[in-house]
Amino acid sequence: MSLKNWRKLTIGGVNLEPGSALKNITASFRSGKKPVFNPDNCTNCFFCWVFCPENAIIVDREKITGINYDYCKGCGICENECPVEKEKPITMEDEPVEY
Amino acid sequence: MPAIEVLNGNSAAAEAVRQVNPDVAAVYPMIPASEITEKIASLAADGQIDTEILTVESEHSAMSSCIGASSAGGRVFTAAAARGLAAEHETLFIASSLRLPIVSAVVNGALSAPLNQNTDHSDSMAERDCGWIQIYSENPQEAYDNIIQAYKIAEHMEVRVPVMVALDGFVTSHSAENTIIEKGDEVAEFVGKFEPLYSLLDTDNPKTIGSGTGPDYYFEHKRNQLQGMINSRKIIKEVGKEFGDRFGRYYGFFESYKLDDAEFALLLMSSSCGTAKEAIDRLRSRGEKVGLLKLRVFRPFPVQELKETLAGLKALAVLDRVLTPGSVGGPVFNEIRCALYDLEKRPRIFPYVYGLGGRDIRMEHFEEIFADMREGQTKTAETGAAVRFINLREEDG
Repeated sequence: MSLKNWRKLTIGGVNLEPGSALKNITASFRSGKKPVFNPDNCTNCFFCWVFCPENAIIVDREKITGINYDYCKGCGICENECPVEKEKPITMEDEPVEY
Repeated sequence: MPAIEVLNGNSAAAEAVRQVNPDVAAVYPMIPASEITEKIASLAADGQIDTEILTVESEHSAMSSCIGASSAGGRVFTAAAARGLAAEHETLFIASSLRLPIVSAVVNGALSAPLNQNTDHSDSMAERDCGWIQIYSENPQEAYDNIIQAYKIAEHMEVRVPVMVALDGFVTSHSAENTIIEKGDEVAEFVGKFEPLYSLLDTDNPKTIGSGTGPDYYFEHKRNQLQGMINSRKIIKEVGKEFGDRFGRYYGFFESYKLDDAEFALLLMSSSCGTAKEAIDRLRSRGEKVGLLKLRVFRPFPVQELKETLAGLKALAVLDRVLTPGSVGGPVFNEIRCALYDLEKRPRIFPYVYGLGGRDIRMEHFEEIFADMREGQTKTAETGAAVRFINLREEDG
């Protein structure tokens, strides 16, 4: 992605493009671990969806279907809040860090 | 015909606001600026202006409301003083960074401690780097003229930078003088209709104002903001001339008083310039070649114009009405000495501090400074930039 020079910015830094925050792939700073989802163990209690601070739990037709890795920052709150005790549907796994 | 009225600085400022008729004024009373806010509230209550008055709970809220109202697309006014301006500190940066053409009267007053409500420039000089244009007024007439011009400067599409119009507390704000009040329709025509660059209320074109950014863009945004201040140099001059062409009183970055053949000169701002002119007249009648440069625009600092005007002097005394502990002289001195450094031949420049907390400066003090400068030519090389205090008691008296 090329970066704009200062002359191309709007006066006062006004953002004229609604919804453009989606273009900011905030997960670039996830480092070391990421949640991995296994739908077979999921009870669809939606705890992870409620607690996720980045709205990165994907829901389709009232069922949890996966993780949006563009915005997941790897905090692990989903795994921590998941009430399933054995064979958890969400587990934090090692992820190679790209520099 | 314009009317001549006997007005103090606060009333003159309120008259300018009445004629400019802003959409919104956020008001919070702070001595010595309270009278401006009270008069504007009265004008709105009497239906003489269309302004919506926001009575807020602090100056921080006043400037925050101004930022909101200006972002929404309105022409905005507020007035602040001393401790109140200090409370606005954070929000002043936001207003200038968002390039909102807000106009604020600043009635200069001292900062605590000790608690003191009289004038000096501690408040506005503490805000010299907040990105606002700063224009200083000598008397009620200039306060009135400067507020009218401030709107035209701030709202110019090449500028879009907020403007502070400063006047000295009590000495100017509460002292009545003959003041020419121009016809309302002429002032309205001069200032023109306000056109917002972006309006949050324009819901057909949604936008975000005041969003965040990281190290990858912040620096570029700051450089982009700076361009408004750079462009204002040209616009301030144009507006000052246009104001003169229409109303007969011309304005530039500064006023030169008997400087053409002067060997020694004073440089200061605001109300004390009136006394300085009297002192210079008296010295001139004795054949001394002395003059005054009354600085009107401190931000943007008129470097090039000052170099051209001051180069021929033997010595220059720069008088700051603020104490800046630990610095090499006051802020005006700093800027002037820095501006003239590149000249091949430049005057000796001496720093003075005067008038803190409303302390008088009188004719004899200006005469002492000129005498001091003459001696300083030969004896003060070793004292360098040591600031000298005017009318400070060194002994009981």
